[in-house]
Amino acid sequence: MTALEHQLPVLPVLIPLFGALLTGFLSRGTVSWLLALIFSWATAAVSVLLLVTVLRLGEPISYVMGNWGVPWGIEYRVDTLNAFVLVIVTGIGAVLMPYARKSVAFEIASHQQAWFYTMYLICLAGLLGITVSGDAFNVFVFMEVSSLATYVLIALGHNRRALLASFQYLIVGTIGATFYVIGIALLYLVTGSLNLHDIAGLLGDAYNTYPRPVLTALAFLVAGISLKLALFPLHLWLPNAYAYAPSMAAAFLAGTATKVAVYLLIRILFSIFGIAIVFTTLPIADVLLVLSIAAMAIASLAAVFQENAKRMLAYSSVAQIGYITLGIGLHNQSGLTGSIVHLFNHAVTKSALFMCLGAIVYRTANMRLTNLAGIGRKMPLTTAAFVLAGLSIIGVPGTAGFVSKWYLAVGAIERGYWPLVFLIVASSLIAVLYIGRFVEVAYFREPSEACESAYEPPTSMLIPILVLSAATVYFGIDTRATADIAAIAARFLLGGAN
Amino acid sequence: MRRDLILRIVTKLVLPFILLFALYVHFHGDFGPGGGFQAGVIAAGMLILHSIVFGVRSTKHIAPQGLVEAMIPLGVLIYASVGIPALISGRNFLDYGVFDPHHTPHGHHLGILMVESGVLITVFSTMLAIFYAFSERGRS
Amino acid sequence: MNTITPLLLHYNYFITIFLMVSGLYIVIARGNMIKKLVGLSLFQSSVYLLYVSPGKILEGTAPIIDDAYSIYSNPLPHVLILTAIVVGVATLALGLALVVRIHEAYGTIEEDEIFDREKGL
Repeated sequence: MTALEHQLPVLPVLIPLFGALLTGFLSRGTVSWLLALIFSWATAAVSVLLLVTVLRLGEPISYVMGNWGVPWGIEYRVDTLNAFVLVIVTGIGAVLMPYARKSVAFEIASHQQAWFYTMYLICLAGLLGITVSGDAFNVFVFMEVSSLATYVLIALGHNRRALLASFQYLIVGTIGATFYVIGIALLYLVTGSLNLHDIAGLLGDAYNTYPRPVLTALAFLVAGISLKLALFPLHLWLPNAYAYAPSMAAAFLAGTATKVAVYLLIRILFSIFGIAIVFTTLPIADVLLVLSIAAMAIASLAAVFQENAKRMLAYSSVAQIGYITLGIGLHNQSGLTGSIVHLFNHAVTKSALFMCLGAIVYRTANMRLTNLAGIGRKMPLTTAAFVLAGLSIIGVPGTAGFVSKWYLAVGAIERGYWPLVFLIVASSLIAVLYIGRFVEVAYFREPSEACESAYEPPTSMLIPILVLSAATVYFGIDTRATADIAAIAARFLLGGAN
Repeated sequence: MRRDLILRIVTKLVLPFILLFALYVHFHGDFGPGGGFQAGVIAAGMLILHSIVFGVRSTKHIAPQGLVEAMIPLGVLIYASVGIPALISGRNFLDYGVFDPHHTPHGHHLGILMVESGVLITVFSTMLAIFYAFSERGRS
Repeated sequence: MNTITPLLLHYNYFITIFLMVSGLYIVIARGNMIKKLVGLSLFQSSVYLLYVSPGKILEGTAPIIDDAYSIYSNPLPHVLILTAIVVGVATLALGLALVVRIHEAYGTIEEDEIFDREKGL
């Protein structure tokens, strides 16, 4: 291994951290943006490199902080799943940064812009830290780092409701993180270790000696992380948070924050506790399936009745998270592949949608659906990109959303849950309703007053939007990069070779 | 303003000793309870006491808001930079052994002291920044 | 007697659980945002106890190596909780800052009054 390869696991956390410190230190609007851009791209580059390295080596890469050996020191452990999630998060960040300059300049007061980029980079570092870290307590610290930065990002929204949304999220997020840390405490008490990989090895014996603390720990961990990932019915913080956050923050968080929480859930359930404890002794699979179906149906229906376009997308996010947890509940190769690939597909799709809305806000300063009448004639490219990404949310064949739903449906059939397939299709039909509602307003009505003077957003915003919405189609046709990696990660989680 | 004569004089007398105590806690952190975190809070407490007695405006002459806000990331920057020499020399991040290749514990000693100094700066300035932010609120 | 003694020996867990539940209850039951944050802080503090109290080893002394002692308390939980305390302080500070901003924007920190002013939120 070369020197760079040796340091790769730590770089995705270090680079944005240094970027955040530099932007905070320099504190100048445009310079901060440029720094954030450079550091985001560098992070994305090392993440891709890391994924390629992991795939080439075919086994997890371990990196110990300060050369303190496992299990005492903090270990960063990267396998296919981690590396894939890293690429999702950093990729979304990298595509968003060129878009950010105009959007942030429009929505955030000039003296706060440098802090916005600082918080964005800290949030990025935190999310990546959760993903790479193999130390349970370190994960908690990164969880709080990213959450605190997220609360600030949301509170920077110009509507006063943003403050309220941020406060609600702070309460719920802290309860979630504290539940997580209680679970870790119980695991530490029965195993004496905080290294996730080490705990996984010790847990079998510990479970035989102390079954109840282990199961209690599992319950706390699942409940805490479910709050973070907005599993229905623990999702109430999410719609307001995404609706009132600045557009750039909403696009970034919608694509990444809940995905990282889902990753953590997968890691805890499959790599730490293992299928034997999780799915045979406790009805976690059934609970997940029921809640996922509820999310898919109820949150989709709620999305149909929203007046605020961003809230509509936020409810749609809750529904889409339902698809991801559905695959976890199925816990077979196809289902889990569907979950993991949907992490990617939904991140791309939902970020594209939020970016389109951000561009519309930039030109019309409006988010109410009724005021967006006729926007399709004034901003044809942006609206077309929205519709394209919307098709992926619905799951039309040829788009990324279809790929994940296909795997989920196959996973359900393999389990023999035929009715699930119909529910997946039915909830897609509800998605047709809310996306269709936007299309109807945007194309089939006379332009409203707010949209009369609107025109296409600046090129720096338009290109990232078009790139991401084109990606939803590209990854719907060419699934080599996404579905194959997801399949490798799923096989590894289910106990096969990496 | 002339009224609190005793308070003002006692405060002036006590301030340097608080700072001295902060530095003691900082450098003694190797051998006993203490370290940069506690030292930072104590040092910030000194300036907060100063501002309570003499007013925030006069404290801002000593520690201007811009400086304080720049010191927050600076401290963390020091903290994180301490890990960089190890990174460059091919060791793992935060391996303080690099500071004294012949005697690893010495290297650890030095590394921790530098890290604690970064912590001292960040905690000190964060405490002050929070205090400034709240004390100025609702006045402008 | 035999069933009660082990329970009494683990009195630290009862204190922890009492604090945990009362903190969580305050967060849920109170509409005042400051009280909510106090409850949240209490809830977090109970976790500090959950970590630190099992780290104490009977007869053990502070973990500073000395020839006179052979049993030391486990230092790791303390280190972890020092970090957790910092995280808790940061959360509390941010929460209070948000409450100040909310008070400036709405003129109240009672949740029900704010929701009255923001129908449809």
